[in-house]
Amino acid sequence: MAIKVVLLSGRSIGQGRGKEAGKESQLYAEAATSCELDRSDLESLGVQPGANVRVATPSGSVILVARRSAHPHPGIAFIPYGPWANALVDQATDGTGMPSFKGIDAEISPAPNERVLSLRELISASCGGR
Amino acid sequence: MTVYDDVVCPFCGCCCDDLRIEVEENRITKIENACVLGRAKFEVYRVDRHTSPVGLQDGVPRPIKLEDAVDWVAETLVKSRYPLLYGWSSTSCEAIKLGIELAEEVGGVCDNTTTVCHGPTIQGVHDVGEVAATLGTVRHRADLVVYWGCNPVHAHPKHMARYTIFPRGRFVRGRSERRLVVVDPRRTDTARLADVFVQIQSGSDYEVISALRMAVRNEEIEADAVGGVPVERIEELADLMMGCRFGILFFGLGLTMSDGKNRNIDAAISLVRDLNARTKFLIMPMRGHFNVSGANIVSTWQTGYPFAVDFSRGYPYYNPGETSAVDLLARGDCDSVLVVASDPVANFPRAAARNLVGVPLAVIDSHISATSTCACVTIPSAFVGIEASGTTYRMDGVPLPLRKVVDPPEGVRTDEEILSAILRRVRELKRGG
Repeated sequence: MAIKVVLLSGRSIGQGRGKEAGKESQLYAEAATSCELDRSDLESLGVQPGANVRVATPSGSVILVARRSAHPHPGIAFIPYGPWANALVDQATDGTGMPSFKGIDAEISPAPNERVLSLRELISASCGGR
Repeated sequence: MTVYDDVVCPFCGCCCDDLRIEVEENRITKIENACVLGRAKFEVYRVDRHTSPVGLQDGVPRPIKLEDAVDWVAETLVKSRYPLLYGWSSTSCEAIKLGIELAEEVGGVCDNTTTVCHGPTIQGVHDVGEVAATLGTVRHRADLVVYWGCNPVHAHPKHMARYTIFPRGRFVRGRSERRLVVVDPRRTDTARLADVFVQIQSGSDYEVISALRMAVRNEEIEADAVGGVPVERIEELADLMMGCRFGILFFGLGLTMSDGKNRNIDAAISLVRDLNARTKFLIMPMRGHFNVSGANIVSTWQTGYPFAVDFSRGYPYYNPGETSAVDLLARGDCDSVLVVASDPVANFPRAAARNLVGVPLAVIDSHISATSTCACVTIPSAFVGIEASGTTYRMDGVPLPLRKVVDPPEGVRTDEEILSAILRRVRELKRGG
């Protein structure tokens, strides 16, 4: 079943280390494709940590890897900054220059038969090539 | 072996200046005092990079000569009606100054990554001012530290150890004499260290700050709870803030990226102003990249404006929401983009990133990035703070010298050298050369 959450993107130490190792590194991909969910939300979804889930907002949808959050935050999905999270962010800035990278209404559903795209696949699918 | 002491870390806005780096035969062999993020940068910086300019030929990226890359960038900028020059927060102030000069020369927009981090903070400061100080003052005097919408354990790992909670200050002796408050929608790793953690509903920062202001001004809050926080708890927090001798409110992108944006900052600064009627209280944004403050400072002393500066009228013009990078890309206004020391394809919303990839795009960066994989031309540069010297500004506005501790690979130039060459070529082309 699908659940509705509020999506927050943000810094994580794994994402910070990963971006220095390289945007195409395994370290970066592992950090930036994780979707941290509360234990109760994982149970509602009926998925185990490590399973693939689809995260969808009005701006787009991506396949990510569900992770159990270290501390409780029911109703909130946390995705580290990166192109996977940003596929879900609206470009409207409300006249400030700043998109809303936090506080996005999102729907999450199990995606056992779909795979997480690599950085190049994601960019190619999102932005096209030259 | 050469040992460099007091090296400034080129990772986050803490700019910790206590690193000790050992170098043997132009290789870094030992890194001391760095956090996990700074260490990661010094350890692996050699791996993820080009050592020659790269250009697309028939859709395939191939090595090209530096002179040809510089020519391509200069000619593209000169031909463009409205180019965007974006990035700047991970290079030196000296390079940023050249970038602004280049933007003025080609009549483009010079925007830095502030636009998607603390741009709303700067707009808040425009509205209501700022009660600021240096981190040294905080270290020596603060007995109450509030982190609101930020998670320094992950984003600024030495912030608490060097500047706020743990150090022994001249007037406050370490952790036992300081109180730590964390306000966040998530119970973060920073929240686990807090004496007081207030978990608010996502997007309710403005309401909670406003309720705190009412409590500080002894006004009645006509509700049971605000932002998911019982009013009694808000009043307790207000009492704690008013009761300290010297407080500081650090805030992060939890305020700038959530509903309210610059208005959240107006409210937070106004709360601090109200608190100063009762005690001494300061406010400071947690700046991300090591020289994002420098990008604002250089831009301000060069143009009068801190980011999103548009030179297309022949004079500097600034209007976030109109001249800011995401809005320009969303509207499809720009007909070419030069990215320096940044990765907007990874960091911008997808629709804006798509428009970035749709125009002639050049990248100057020491890393291979999501943006460089989409670029027509990429010019690799030396890592500032490792392979090149320069000036950076810490998050509190203190300038610090970045050190060169090793040489870059043969043929790899600094951002300053590359931008100087482009600027020279642009001027030649404009003279008809």
